[in-house]
Amino acid sequence: MSEQSNNKSATPVLQLRQINKNFPGVKALQQAQLSLYAGEVHALLGENGAGKSTLVKVMTGVLQKDGGELLLDARAQSFATPKDAQQAGISTVYQEVNLLPNLSVAHNLFLGSEPKRFGFIDKKAMANQARQLLSTFGLDIKVTAPLSEFSVAVQQLVAIARGIAPKRGAACTKVLVLDEPTASLDADEVQNLFQVLRQLKQQGVAIVFITHFLDQVYQISDRITVMRNGCFVGEYQTINLNKAELIAAMLGKELCQQRHQAPCLAVEHSEAILTARQLSSGQSVQQLDLDLPQGQAVGLAGLLGSGRTEICRLLFGLDQADGGTLSFAGKPIKLNNPAQAIALGIALCPEDRKTQGMIAPLSIRENISLALQAKQGWWRVISKKKQQQLADFYIEKLQIATPDADKPIGQLSGGNQQKVILARWLAVEPQLLLLDEPTRGIDIGAHAEILQLIRQLCQQGMSLLVTSSELEELTAFSSKIVVMRDRKKVAELNGEDLNPDRIMAAIAGASV
Amino acid sequence: MSRTCLPLWITFALVLLMFAAGASQFDGFASLRVVTNLISDNAFLLVTALGMTLVILSGGIDLSVGSVIALSGVAAALLIGPYQWHPLLAFALILPCAALFGAGMGALIQYYQLQPFIVTLAGMFLARGVATLLSEESVAIEHPFYDAVAEFGLELPDGGWLGATSLLTIALVLLMLVLTHYSRFGSSIYALGGNSQSAQLMGVPVARTTILLYASSSMLAAMAGIIFSFYTYSGYALAAVGVELDAIAAVVIGGTLLTGGSGFMIGTVLGVLLMGLIQTYINFDGSLSSWWSKIVIGGLLFFFIALQKLLSHKWQNKAGGRA
Repeated sequence: MSEQSNNKSATPVLQLRQINKNFPGVKALQQAQLSLYAGEVHALLGENGAGKSTLVKVMTGVLQKDGGELLLDARAQSFATPKDAQQAGISTVYQEVNLLPNLSVAHNLFLGSEPKRFGFIDKKAMANQARQLLSTFGLDIKVTAPLSEFSVAVQQLVAIARGIAPKRGAACTKVLVLDEPTASLDADEVQNLFQVLRQLKQQGVAIVFITHFLDQVYQISDRITVMRNGCFVGEYQTINLNKAELIAAMLGKELCQQRHQAPCLAVEHSEAILTARQLSSGQSVQQLDLDLPQGQAVGLAGLLGSGRTEICRLLFGLDQADGGTLSFAGKPIKLNNPAQAIALGIALCPEDRKTQGMIAPLSIRENISLALQAKQGWWRVISKKKQQQLADFYIEKLQIATPDADKPIGQLSGGNQQKVILARWLAVEPQLLLLDEPTRGIDIGAHAEILQLIRQLCQQGMSLLVTSSELEELTAFSSKIVVMRDRKKVAELNGEDLNPDRIMAAIAGASV
Repeated sequence: MSRTCLPLWITFALVLLMFAAGASQFDGFASLRVVTNLISDNAFLLVTALGMTLVILSGGIDLSVGSVIALSGVAAALLIGPYQWHPLLAFALILPCAALFGAGMGALIQYYQLQPFIVTLAGMFLARGVATLLSEESVAIEHPFYDAVAEFGLELPDGGWLGATSLLTIALVLLMLVLTHYSRFGSSIYALGGNSQSAQLMGVPVARTTILLYASSSMLAAMAGIIFSFYTYSGYALAAVGVELDAIAAVVIGGTLLTGGSGFMIGTVLGVLLMGLIQTYINFDGSLSSWWSKIVIGGLLFFFIALQKLLSHKWQNKAGGRA
């Protein structure tokens, strides 16, 4: 940290000044700025829709700026394509892993700059170089296998490795942009990644680190730039800025630390809306006993792959049970498809909104009315006027940031997309709402709003089953928490046991 | 790897099985003559299917190839006959024109974001129409060069004979094998078929690759048309109707995914050989109607599409379990 003052005097390796960028109807960036020095980790923070992604896209050549200047090593530059930026030494790892699942790991690392021999791609050399590169990440995998065979965490590391891999005819990497690199990593993998980042820092690479995890910001970053509504808010030394100040800068208002209040209604003996006994589905869920009480939110905790998502799929009829019984509102039921579940009043907000939830080119209005339309049957078309009312109502209620209901959902920020998907299912007024990771990849503001909404829904008598990797968050609204491990329920916590430590212990398998 | 290789091995096994079946039932089936005839009879289809493989690997489709075969055949016949051009000169004009035609379709697909299906469908009608406009009748080709080429070839034992067009076809197969698996162009095609947005972000020259890809397909189709003209000594506007569909069938039977991004050039070669072997078997039998080959190919297609679905489904479940 002490070399910070030295850095200050040096010229930034990359400087963005007074960048403007307009989209039809929206000023995405106004006078945005960012200065990066060699050998620093620079956190770029802001709520969803603050313009971080747009700023990154401008500096990596995906979008063209409408005004302002971009200085690389004090020389004005502009990048017409991502390739131009790469050639100049700016590499980017995007939020969603943007690699090619059908190509081998090695090929993904070196696509476009494959080692050649006699003019042909030298696959052997490519595999060797890939192994070498990945070994610096502590990753020992079969590099000739297709990328799709590996977990998201591995794919993420491969994407970062690609970011720093030497490119043909390009300057060595000066700037590495990481957009939410830790979103799909577990704690060990995050530390592993940070180790790599520290190495790169020492090699003099300037790293832009975009994240929603503020703890990680304090762990790894040297300086912070905060953006809000497309504008530059401030640039800070990480050590001189405490968390409350940071959050205030991001939200633009003094926010008292979000206290997790006690569960909405401590009605211990409310009727169970859904009861599962010994419910099984192949390998994915084994002998599950579950009671979801009316008007309460039940949390579902566990690591990725512990069976959380599978339970949601099962209860929504996406997967079929092959053993056990299920009853809903006192009647035994059997779910063969989602249509049956919807008819009963069960709704699911899936984990991956991008591929399973939203229909990107359709408008907010159409996305919201989709589930209701499906429930009514396709012969009874919901009139455009009714759709509009519905959309306006939820835009207002959930505070979806959009100029109007006709904007394609694909153009909204992550948090707002999630709200639209939520609105879609709220519109059918379900009795039981299954939320699979409702807060993944959205910012603090939207995060708090969604937690608030969950409490409200409980108060209105809706039952919820919510999965989340964030334990603090689970304890904030759950009346009880079911902990999964290896496809089995290992614990059910309530009352005093509802705290992150107990959940952690249950997940880890310590005696509960 | 096994996931993408399995269809390939199945096709290979079917080729061997078909050959063994023929050899056990008919005298003279297991001879080099049959093998070399297989190549020369299917040379034009094979060359067309090579180009089709490139296109399908990228996630596209090219319906215009059959018409391009006919057009290049008619153009060659007219240039050589009434216009008295030397055949080589005619080919030197036809091939670049075909490439330009393909590049045009590629540019439409790339810059206007149009569906390859519809663009190449338009190309199909256009090329067939132009061919018919040039000559409604079949145009015979009589030229010493054609006779010389017919004479030229490699004598093999056992009645085998690799003619000039077969040798050319084999050379093209080798070239395309190297191109798809060991060149940057080939990598770009696979990248496009995997996910064109990711490919773009990874710096793959998407536009150039797309245009070059369709140019290659059309040029190979024109080459197939020329090979076909050596086979028939004529150019005919209504020749090679439906060959695009045979080519697609061969590519799919060869284990290439219609969604793009996965498959092998050698699979297409096996696919064409398998389709040719079925026809040869029927010819040897003599009593079977030749429509049986269509029925068998139809059945095979169903089988391979179902296999693809099954494999990709199984694989998704596996990946889902790990996530």
